Amino acid sequence: MLDYETLRLIWWALLGILLIGFAVMDGFDLGVGALLPFVARTDMERRIAINTVGPVWEGNQVWLILGAGAIFAAWPAVYAAAFSGFYLAMLLVLASLILRPVGFKYRSKLTDPRWRTLWDWALFIGGVVPSVVFGVAFGNLFLGVPFDFDPNLRFLPDISLWSLLNPFALLFGLVSLAMVVLHGAAWLNLKTVGPIRDRARAVLPVAALVFILLFGLAGIWVTWIDGYRISSEVVTGGPSNPLGKTVDLVAGGWLVNFLRMPALWAAPILAVLGAVLAALLRGRALAAFLFTALVPPGTIATAGLALFPFLLPSSSHPAVSLTVWDSSSSALTLGVMLGAVVVFLPLVIAYTSWVYAVLRGPVTAEHIAADHTLY
Amino acid sequence: MDVVELARLQFAATALYHFLFVPLTLGLSILLGIMETVYVMTGRTIWRDMVKFWGMLFGINFAMGVATGITMEFQFGTNWAYYSHFVGDIFGVPLAIEGLMAFFLEATLIGLFFFGWTRLSKVKHLAVTWGLALGSNLSALWILVANGWMQHPTGARFNVDTMRMELTDFMALLFNEVAQAKFVHTVSAGYVTGSVFVLAISALYLLGGRHQALAKRSMTVAASFGLASALSVVVLGDESGYTSGENQKMKLAAIEAMWETKPAPASLTLFGIPNLTTRSTDYAVEVPWVLGLIATRSADKPVLGIDDLLAQARDRIVNGLVAYRAIEAYRADRGRADLRQVIEDNAGDLGHALLLKKLRPDIENATDAEIAAAAELTIPDVPVLFWAFRLMIACGFWFILLFAVAFWLASRQRLEAYRSFLWVAVATLPLPWLAAELGWIVAEYGRQPWAVEGLLPTFLAVSDTGTGNLIASLAGFVLFYSALLVADLYLMTKYVRMGPDAVLGHPVAPPFQRDPIVQPAE
Repeated sequence: MLDYETLRLIWWALLGILLIGFAVMDGFDLGVGALLPFVARTDMERRIAINTVGPVWEGNQVWLILGAGAIFAAWPAVYAAAFSGFYLAMLLVLASLILRPVGFKYRSKLTDPRWRTLWDWALFIGGVVPSVVFGVAFGNLFLGVPFDFDPNLRFLPDISLWSLLNPFALLFGLVSLAMVVLHGAAWLNLKTVGPIRDRARAVLPVAALVFILLFGLAGIWVTWIDGYRISSEVVTGGPSNPLGKTVDLVAGGWLVNFLRMPALWAAPILAVLGAVLAALLRGRALAAFLFTALVPPGTIATAGLALFPFLLPSSSHPAVSLTVWDSSSSALTLGVMLGAVVVFLPLVIAYTSWVYAVLRGPVTAEHIAADHTLY
Repeated sequence: MDVVELARLQFAATALYHFLFVPLTLGLSILLGIMETVYVMTGRTIWRDMVKFWGMLFGINFAMGVATGITMEFQFGTNWAYYSHFVGDIFGVPLAIEGLMAFFLEATLIGLFFFGWTRLSKVKHLAVTWGLALGSNLSALWILVANGWMQHPTGARFNVDTMRMELTDFMALLFNEVAQAKFVHTVSAGYVTGSVFVLAISALYLLGGRHQALAKRSMTVAASFGLASALSVVVLGDESGYTSGENQKMKLAAIEAMWETKPAPASLTLFGIPNLTTRSTDYAVEVPWVLGLIATRSADKPVLGIDDLLAQARDRIVNGLVAYRAIEAYRADRGRADLRQVIEDNAGDLGHALLLKKLRPDIENATDAEIAAAAELTIPDVPVLFWAFRLMIACGFWFILLFAVAFWLASRQRLEAYRSFLWVAVATLPLPWLAAELGWIVAEYGRQPWAVEGLLPTFLAVSDTGTGNLIASLAGFVLFYSALLVADLYLMTKYVRMGPDAVLGHPVAPPFQRDPIVQPAE
């Protein structure tokens, strides 16, 4: 049996893996949505672009559903705090995510151009808004958000949507959008031919450059803000109650983990290297796509490693900040969930790979013309 | 309206809306699997065309089910943060496993169901279709394990150090008898919905003399599957009745508007008008013995009435206050093992004491009158439950009758002979949705005042957020969902009107045409 501390560390890593799974798998179809008005101009081009992700986006989005479910089960305090604290931001994500299933499914069911333009916008919004909001949310984790807990552990937030939309967090939102656009461009470069591929291929180096600049800028800005540090004794195997510690703020404190363990620099290097190689190798579409798939893991790991052990810092009452050591589920729940992941995640990966193998090859105008039931 | 009322309204509205789409997904997914199995076994092309046609309607509905399902998952966090923290250790587990084991499967395979026809062999496509059906049904299993725990919380205990409920026995959570009974009842109801959907639309085609070959075959499948499902809904509903007789006595008493304990074996009130002022049921028509048999599976055990259950609730509130006071004292001095023992012994009734929070913040000073008033809160809304339940049961028996007649006609190849029957089948179309929504009203509204039966009162489970957020989100949902419903119904009716030939883009194959032997390359 694993001890409580190890289980918490494993679930911290799994949380990262699930978020990375979401960003890699759903990232490219969100990116296709965000690029839709720019790389695909005629109705046929739009249908081609949409159908490159049509059969797979639904499964991809389950990474998000599962991520949220795993936070609920493994980090219930974080789930309660993040969803009710970021209330309107979550609602914005939700509304734009609801647009996607109906957008894909309904768009090409009628031929009226106004109907189709409407759903094209829905897919565009459904691609851009969640990408930006998730980035903004990460940015606010670095700043901390104002909240408290009462002795019964009721979560008492004092957060407005406008306070979340500060320049620092918006920069993170743009990093996230650039990452998704880069990944989406690499996907279209792989799955289409002709003008859409040419436009996507032209987007690739621009998106890579923008991503690297914004990512670097965010890194520099982080060195100027205060990081959080547990100042009392760190109890790693105690009960999950965030009220028993003290926390202080340290200038540049979010770099401490990197300074202590230089090996962690591999994460940001991976993100930048993935973007550079994807841009350089854009003529070899599969390789370029695999390289853009390294960008989300590098980026998310950079953020997660910087914040560790914090999950959700409180700017108004730093001592009640949620950390890996005081906001997890019980050891039994973490163990049961770990068992479920070990059994089912390999299965998920196996049948997902099979589906992608069946669907391999580019989507062309001939495909669309041959099957009128396509999106 | 306050935060609690707004959050409850939003949850009820979005859950009932979500469940407009779920039962059809559950039922149609299996019907598609059956039709495609016939196709693969006989090689008759018309059965593939049937799968594609009904599959198109399935897809329109599925998209809405997915879109509105995300709302449910998010809502526990946004509007019910205290609930999420208090029971997430247990409740989150089935939700996460649902994603991992079920939703991933159905969402990954649905793309190939629609777009894999030319890329997969017949048998592989059939496997995809059944995988999709399996994923949908497993999804219902885990969601109902989660919901069953809210009705009958097993395998968990209160932990004073973390101030929340924690899992102690995963098997007790999974094999919770209430969850299992709810699962089979709910998926059967979904199968009935899918069958009525296929039956009614096929009947419409027969009435218009259109698409006869496809319609008759579809009706035959729907009639047989529907009859089996309609019977099992009622039988398994009876099983739900038994488990709630065991575990949610107050809900059962309210459904029966049973104020006083009836001598064993209790009679079942078939009809009557519950009177809240005299606490009795006027004009009651009773059937002797039946309730006692359903609820206790015996002829000698009584079924407790509301008044006796109130007395039990008062005792539990008093007992819960012992735990509450001990928690307060323990917070001041965390070293005291004796207090931990007191809390452990009485924590099962802590939720009852928390009902007093509705009346005063310092509940440890509650008066006897307040305790009695808090006990009254445990009575759900009797007239609503009484009527919703009876209407649901009436629908259930109507489905059995309808499918029995359809089955009899189908087996004699006389489906198109009686136009009046076809009209009745068309008119039945809305009823399974009505029955399913009423079922959820009985299950969830009947659980009130509890978010988790006996553990957490609903009014404490909400987030500490402003009414502004809740009003904004509710208004957003009303607007957004209404627009989506218009689009959904518009597409559904348009595709049904177009009929299979136009939807498929080619005429439906004649009845006895076999598939060309050409198979797609592997």
